[in-house]
Amino acid sequence: MAEGRTLQAICEQIIPTDQTPGAAWAGVVNFIDRQLTGPYRRQQAAYRSGLQEIDDAAVGKFGKDFAALDGQMQTEVLQSLTGGAKRFFSTAIAHTMQGYYGDPRHGGNRDAVSWRMLGVPVIPIRGRNRYELPKQGA
Amino acid sequence: MALKHVNAVIVGAGAGGGVAAKELAAGGLSVVLLERGKWYTAADCRKDDLRNQRTSVLGNNSGPDEARNPRVVVDLNGQERVALPSEGGYSNNAGCVGGGTFTYGAQAWRYQEKDFRMASTYGVPEGSTLSDWPISYADLEPYYEKAEYEIGVSGDVSADPFHGPRRKPLPMPPLPVGREHTILKPAAQGLGLHPFDIPMLRNSVPYGGRPPCMQCRWCVGFACEVNAKCGTQNTAIPMALATGNCELRTGCMAREVTTDARGRVTGVAYYDADDRLREQTADIVIVSSAAVESARLLLNSKSTMHPAGLGNAHDQVGRNLQGHTYTGAWGLFDFDTYDDIGPGASIAVCDYNHGNPGLIGGAMLANEFIRLPYQFVSAGMPGVPQWGSGHKDFMRQWYRRSIAVQGPTQEIPIAESRVQVDAKVKDFWGLPVARLSGGKHAKTMETSVAMAEKAEAWLKAAGAIRTWKKLAGKGTSGGQHQAGTCRMGDDPRTSVVDKYCRVHDQDNLYVIDGSVHVTNGGFNPVLTIMATAYYAAERIVKGRKGRGV
Ligand SMILES: Cc1cc2nc3c(=O)[nH]c(=O)nc-3n(C[C@H](O)[C@H](O)[C@H](O)COP(=O)(O)OP(=O)(O)OC[C@H]3O[C@@H](n4cnc5c(N)ncnc54)[C@H](O)[C@@H]3O)c2cc1C
Ligand code: SF4
Repeated sequence: MAEGRTLQAICEQIIPTDQTPGAAWAGVVNFIDRQLTGPYRRQQAAYRSGLQEIDDAAVGKFGKDFAALDGQMQTEVLQSLTGGAKRFFSTAIAHTMQGYYGDPRHGGNRDAVSWRMLGVPVIPIRGRNRYELPKQGA
Repeated sequence: MALKHVNAVIVGAGAGGGVAAKELAAGGLSVVLLERGKWYTAADCRKDDLRNQRTSVLGNNSGPDEARNPRVVVDLNGQERVALPSEGGYSNNAGCVGGGTFTYGAQAWRYQEKDFRMASTYGVPEGSTLSDWPISYADLEPYYEKAEYEIGVSGDVSADPFHGPRRKPLPMPPLPVGREHTILKPAAQGLGLHPFDIPMLRNSVPYGGRPPCMQCRWCVGFACEVNAKCGTQNTAIPMALATGNCELRTGCMAREVTTDARGRVTGVAYYDADDRLREQTADIVIVSSAAVESARLLLNSKSTMHPAGLGNAHDQVGRNLQGHTYTGAWGLFDFDTYDDIGPGASIAVCDYNHGNPGLIGGAMLANEFIRLPYQFVSAGMPGVPQWGSGHKDFMRQWYRRSIAVQGPTQEIPIAESRVQVDAKVKDFWGLPVARLSGGKHAKTMETSVAMAEKAEAWLKAAGAIRTWKKLAGKGTSGGQHQAGTCRMGDDPRTSVVDKYCRVHDQDNLYVIDGSVHVTNGGFNPVLTIMATAYYAAERIVKGRKGRGV
């Protein structure tokens, strides 16, 4: 799907791959897709039009869809956004950060890749097993 | 079927309501405690760094219900928008048994003596409604102590020379200190400050039949799975229920405080867990729904005798909405500061709460709770791009090498910062929603900037190689430290309740929660809310004993 490719490319611009994997590998698009049917429900329309506007901007500037541009051109497109497209891009930044740095259970941060990068112990709580309490009756 | 008449009905099972329920029930009154939310356990609210009471980008973990409880928020330009509980500006605490105390950070501060006498200490700046409390630190001292012992507080304030006189030390020792504490302590001492272990409503040793804290990464905003965090849901409310005199009804949303033809309060009308309208009659009604919802409930309780809402004959209900203007600073270090030992916040100084030349009030400064990775994303170091490889590098390099110090600047109350009920927007039950508007006083902003400078200086002294300030906006107040909307006072024209938390023109209606704070101290407010609840409830119980109940 064109929208999916555009979003994937935008997310990867926001958190690119370097010595550690970026947003694409971490599954940020998967995270966003899942949230768009849940907590981000109200933003479905914003995503649809925002992605379209960014593609339009890419075509206007370089004559190709966003995902088809090279990295440098993509960066330029994102840096030159204005108005609604710019607002959508800030939403996409926030959501990408959530998907990359948030809990893997939501479909992003595959293999806790960002936590490993930051050096946050992935096994979360020392001795937590001792405390896995059975759910108490209310 | 009519509900059995009781001595008291309390709306809201949070900090204030929970304590009031316990005191009244223990004093022999029959009590019904209404709570709109559920009684959760930690197992219901698993630790989720995107879905909790601090970071609610994917929702809250302990209410209120997202779809049923909108509010209207008006910004400084008069732009209004509908906000949902998980959205910015909503000022959400919680909607559950325990209220904010189920997931709070649990800092357990007593206000200082001067915090009760702000107008006498500083004068009344133009454009503000700054005022003294009608009660003093000394009046509340025994009740602070009661809260510390009955709910449970750990810490050690003996090295803090600025606190008011106290009869007893805290009941529990502080938790073992973490790395940030060891870095910040000598630095503060070097600056001539007086650092000490933050008092916390958190078990450091077994207390109240519950185990000590296991110092995990997820504390503020989360439920504690070992029950080491002390809230009213695991202290006062179970104690109230154990007396046999208190009935807790969850899923019950109060609609209005009801009155008879003469305008006297008779009880509370509410929607029960099946959304049926019920009426609980009582001799006494206590509103403890937190500063925003308590004001809303009174304003929504309109009748011929009270056309502007209850307690609102002088247009005071909902005014003076305040919280805290949080500012501070970040510091980056050339060594690891992160040790993954919770709760994080552990060391504080109170040197700047008062006595800052030219300023009004100030703030306690403390290191911040553990920052989860997503929270560090918005650290906002100047010069770091918001996205791209520059941002990723920043995260990678500094996440484990940063410390944040910050503090709650005491806000100078203003009448225009307020809660009203909205003329158009209704909630799920058809009730007009709270409408928050107004901003902050210029003096508040001035102090908050000075506090950020102090925080920055502390970090520099601790060896930070790079520092920058975190400043705050001057928009709508409120937030999780919301207070002030039914302020206490002797003069009915400028306050809503008297010095015993009783609504001025009513003999059986009380507000017992953060709403009654005249000013909110340069400290997190909850221990003062609990102490005031012990104090006011004791008076209610004594008053009834005099009348043979
Ligand atoms: C994440 C977080 C961290 C915090 N950290 C600290 C801290 O470290 N130190 C500190 O001092 N404070 C802290 N606070 C703030 C503290 O929790 C609040 O100041 C305190 O809980 C307020 O007490 P209250 O009695 O005014 O209201 P609440 O505790 O909010 O209780 C109000 C209750 O009323 C219920 N209610 C509202 N309307 C209705 C209605 N119409 N019908 C029925 N029920 C209703 C609500 O659901 C709620 O349970 C924190 C809060 C949060 C959320
Ligand atoms: S830090 Fe302690 S009190 Fe807080 S949630 Fe973890 S175990 Fe509970």
